[in-house]
Amino acid sequence: MNNIYIKNILRFVVLVLLQVLVFNNIHFRGYINPYVYVMFILLLPFETPPWLLLISSFSIGFFVDLYTDTMGMHAAASVFMAFFRPSVLRMISSTRDYELGLSPGIKDLGFNWFFNYSLILVLIHHTVYFYLEVFTFHEFFYTFWRVIFSSIFTLLFIIIGQYIFYKKK
Amino acid sequence: MRQLFVFLLKYYFFFLFLLLEIIAFILIANNFNYQGARVLNTANELTGKTYQTYNNIFDYFNLKENNKILAEENARLHAMIEQSYVKFSNNEIFVNDTTYKLQYKYIDAKIISNSTGKRNNYMMLNKGFNQGIRNNMAVVSPNGIVGIVSGVSANFSSVMSLLHSEIKISAKLKKNNASGTIAWEGGDYKRGALIDIPSHIKIRTGDTVITSGFSLDFPEGIMIGTIANYKLNPGDNFFKIKINYSTDFNKLDYVYVIKNLFKDEQLKLKESQHE
Repeated sequence: MNNIYIKNILRFVVLVLLQVLVFNNIHFRGYINPYVYVMFILLLPFETPPWLLLISSFSIGFFVDLYTDTMGMHAAASVFMAFFRPSVLRMISSTRDYELGLSPGIKDLGFNWFFNYSLILVLIHHTVYFYLEVFTFHEFFYTFWRVIFSSIFTLLFIIIGQYIFYKKK
Repeated sequence: MRQLFVFLLKYYFFFLFLLLEIIAFILIANNFNYQGARVLNTANELTGKTYQTYNNIFDYFNLKENNKILAEENARLHAMIEQSYVKFSNNEIFVNDTTYKLQYKYIDAKIISNSTGKRNNYMMLNKGFNQGIRNNMAVVSPNGIVGIVSGVSANFSSVMSLLHSEIKISAKLKKNNASGTIAWEGGDYKRGALIDIPSHIKIRTGDTVITSGFSLDFPEGIMIGTIANYKLNPGDNFFKIKINYSTDFNKLDYVYVIKNLFKDEQLKLKESQHE
């Protein structure tokens, strides 16, 4: 049990640092910016109590905000994403039941399941974040393309991360 | 009362979600104050320190590039000093010491965090109030204009980059002094827009755009960029001009913050006119 807590706290710290020191320096074509830290919310164990899910999502967003001068925007987007996580989990059926001890990842539930699960949640997060960032629907389609392309890159990095750190045994 | 409690407990997930979102939006609202200027607080001192440490490590990787930029700037400055000019006439003008007075002071600073990917971009400098930096000071790089100081803490300051939706900088064409305004319409961080140039002005791609000196913060003649393309829609009185910034915002490292020593005096005069 303790092991899970330590693992997630460690993941929290590592992802915040990775996000602010590495991924925030990646700008494909100048305006596509992946937000890989949402992987923390995706990978929280199934048995995480709902309140902890919301609070921990808020805090990871808040820490990223502190470093990127976007006070509250990442926090709002992360909480929004976390709020939808239980519904998305219920929506996507898996070949295996969500048993105790299973973690949401490619290793336990397969590529297809993980891809759909991440795709929906990453899109929710990025949509909220990018529209909050510009705070206007003025340039609706410009922001829309930023959401789409950034989501693609975020997903790419999350899936690469899955294959690097959680290899099938 | 009991029922209310039961109700809240039943849907606590939703209410907690609502509460956290409200907190987040309060944070956002507090940060969106007048003119997009932000007040740096103790938390920013902390993040500033993290970026500083990171920069101390990665500074070395850019030394070669920075040396090159500085050498180029030195060459340009050498070409401007008196010894580089040949005197063709003997009609020397007596230069009284009081004719020239220093108006702009340059403070060097290093960028410790920067972004180009957002719609509104800011950067953080490793110098702040204690080093003489104040709000609204101009920031330039050896290659051209960079932005305006928008927030100052004790040892760090944040700069509203030229890549910001609210930035408006008074500019002019070098060849005929036609003046306009620089803005950023998002997208490519290498491209900006020059607006308010009337349609009777003759322009060409490649024309140089410099600061006009009409603002109290920017000295005249600082490079902004060159005209990339332009068009004139039928019936419009003004050109739509795209410019290539001379500054590469993705590679910025060292910058100068410009202090206008006469600003208070100029400001007073301006205010007295409005009364």
